[in-house]
Amino acid sequence: MSEPILKISNLHAVVAEDGTEILRGVDLGLKPGEIHAIMGPNGSGKSTLAKVLMGHPGYEATDGEVYFKGEDLLELEPDERSRQGLFLAFQYPVEIPGVSIANFLRTAVQSKNPDEELDIFEFQEKLLDRMQLLGMDPSFAERSVNDGFSGGEKKRNEILQLAMLEPDLAILDETDSGLDIDALKIVAEGVNRIREERPEMTVLLITHYQRLLNYIRPDVVHVMANGRIVRSGGPELALELEEKGYEEFREPAAAV
Amino acid sequence: MSNEMIASLGLEEYKYGFVTEDKPVFKAQKGLSEEVVRQISAHKEEPEWMLQFRLRALKIFQSKPMPTWGGDLSKLDLNDFYYYIRPAEEMKRSWDEVPEEIKETFERLGIPEAERKILAGVGAQYESEMVYHSLKEEWERQGVIFESIEDGLRKYPDLFREYFATVVPPHDNKFAALNSAVWSGGSFVYIPKGVKVDVPLQAYFRVNAEKMGQFERTLIIADEGSHAHYIEGCTAPVYTTDSFHSGVIEIIVKPGARFRYTTIQNWSHNMYNLVTQRALVHEGAHMEWLDGNLGSKLTMKYPSCYLVGEGAHGEILSIAYAGDGQHQDTGGKVVHAAPNTTSRIISKSISKGTGRASYRGLCKVYEGARNAKSNVQCDALLLHETSRTDTFPYIEIEETTANVGHEASVSKIGEEQLFYLMSRGLSEEEATAMVVRGFIEPVAKELPLEYAVELNRLIELEMEGSVG
Repeated sequence: MSEPILKISNLHAVVAEDGTEILRGVDLGLKPGEIHAIMGPNGSGKSTLAKVLMGHPGYEATDGEVYFKGEDLLELEPDERSRQGLFLAFQYPVEIPGVSIANFLRTAVQSKNPDEELDIFEFQEKLLDRMQLLGMDPSFAERSVNDGFSGGEKKRNEILQLAMLEPDLAILDETDSGLDIDALKIVAEGVNRIREERPEMTVLLITHYQRLLNYIRPDVVHVMANGRIVRSGGPELALELEEKGYEEFREPAAAV
Repeated sequence: MSNEMIASLGLEEYKYGFVTEDKPVFKAQKGLSEEVVRQISAHKEEPEWMLQFRLRALKIFQSKPMPTWGGDLSKLDLNDFYYYIRPAEEMKRSWDEVPEEIKETFERLGIPEAERKILAGVGAQYESEMVYHSLKEEWERQGVIFESIEDGLRKYPDLFREYFATVVPPHDNKFAALNSAVWSGGSFVYIPKGVKVDVPLQAYFRVNAEKMGQFERTLIIADEGSHAHYIEGCTAPVYTTDSFHSGVIEIIVKPGARFRYTTIQNWSHNMYNLVTQRALVHEGAHMEWLDGNLGSKLTMKYPSCYLVGEGAHGEILSIAYAGDGQHQDTGGKVVHAAPNTTSRIISKSISKGTGRASYRGLCKVYEGARNAKSNVQCDALLLHETSRTDTFPYIEIEETTANVGHEASVSKIGEEQLFYLMSRGLSEEEATAMVVRGFIEPVAKELPLEYAVELNRLIELEMEGSVG
């Protein structure tokens, strides 16, 4: 249990289009079953880190290493990363008009196990069960993916996908952004329920605000600034940040 | 059962065309002349009026210039086709003769072994013929006529003559004139007053000889208060030389009747497909065209509804898919010629690679067609930088009370959409296919289930090699 499931060493990444460096040497290790939170001011590179880990084509890793379950993650396509057990709950989930959530999830679950035909009845049962766990109405699954959803609905849809795909590592990118406190509670509760069932699932929370951490208790809190992890500590670090803000971590932007 | 016109229930039959040995019992000479037209008519033992009609149409055809709008027809040599051909009555072939690529397609579509042979036209087709015959008995009991167009003319001369060429007259356009001169094959359908046909009437035909022009002609009369659905689908063999298909479909929807005509066409990629299909929609009647165009080199096809009776309603729902080097010039026409008529056009096009999809539509409201309502929505999806789409909406309104809406959208498959789907484990191809399926869903959901499934599979196959 002591080997990290995710090990990031000296990760550098640039915006693919113009070469702007966003990540400037990230070091991070997550052990199985741990909950880590990365906090930091806007523009510190938190969301970029999430995207680079999932393999967003808009970014390019230029240096450093990322090992996930002992494999070189940067060598893999996003779909391969997913099948390896990585999951990213998007900050801005994308609309796929005309494709129902049920259909989408069926294809996604099937892709995890391409050699075996998915039992449609088992799938339906599981989907209903997961929706119940997350307190969702079954009719939700018939709606087109994120099409015309409210902010809260989009985020809940991300959590439903998390529940269905059962990853080993879930990255939650600003899942709390744009949610009122009630919606935030519902989403956090969903994550907690999934964790109760699967305590071995590792979670990386990316958030600007401390309030999400009132509902999902992290084991470790990191502060990111200027494309690096600049400080790490226990849950109390989040409270400290809440009080003092990010002022002390702000540096003049390094010359590129 | 003639091979020219196979009306069978087995939707799956003849799904993928392939070349079979061409043994015509009669073959006219290449090119078009009065002589050829006379031969066709004589061979079909037609009444004199039909011969005269054909000859008149030939003159009209010869007098009309080639259209210069729409797609590029400059490489279409109309003298390079046989204008009439009738294959031998029986076509026998063995599984060994079925080309490997067809077998492979069956394999990839996951069609069971036994079914593949039937699909390939090898071996008995007992089951579907049995089903077809029992349905036919049921239709006959209801007074429904569902015949080949030739049998329609022979068996029901008066009914035939009353309606034939009343919706699409020969002078309508050059290719309607051509079809009128040399038509062969197609369906003749009559649904009696008040009769509701639950099972769709289905026709399947195939182009079976290289360089053969296919000029099918279909005439459908849905009498007062009747309900029916006609499904036509066709696939053509893959040849290296250009092929040509120019059909005419005429539908008369009498007062209070409801009729739906569904076509899925997946032509081989060298086909010129120039079709005139039009419905005359009477008082309180309801007409729907459901049109899927895949394949072909160039398709020019604009299903039309002429709303001539008060309260008539017309709908045209279409999907066009233009792959590399293909041009789909499709759309719809609605003509409001009576008060309180309503219409709706939904057109969805997808262009891949160097494919081009054009929407060409007409909405016309005549003076006096008070309170006409029309809504047009055309959406284009581009898969690559090299893909192309254009929109040509023509709107002619002579009536101040008309309410006409037109919405058009063009979208590209976005990097964010693909990344999102791939982050859930879908490959890039699967992700692309899913976005495409979602895009056409508003039209595809109207298709009979087996057609929707088939369409999805075809799109998945088309997506292969479209990425990377």
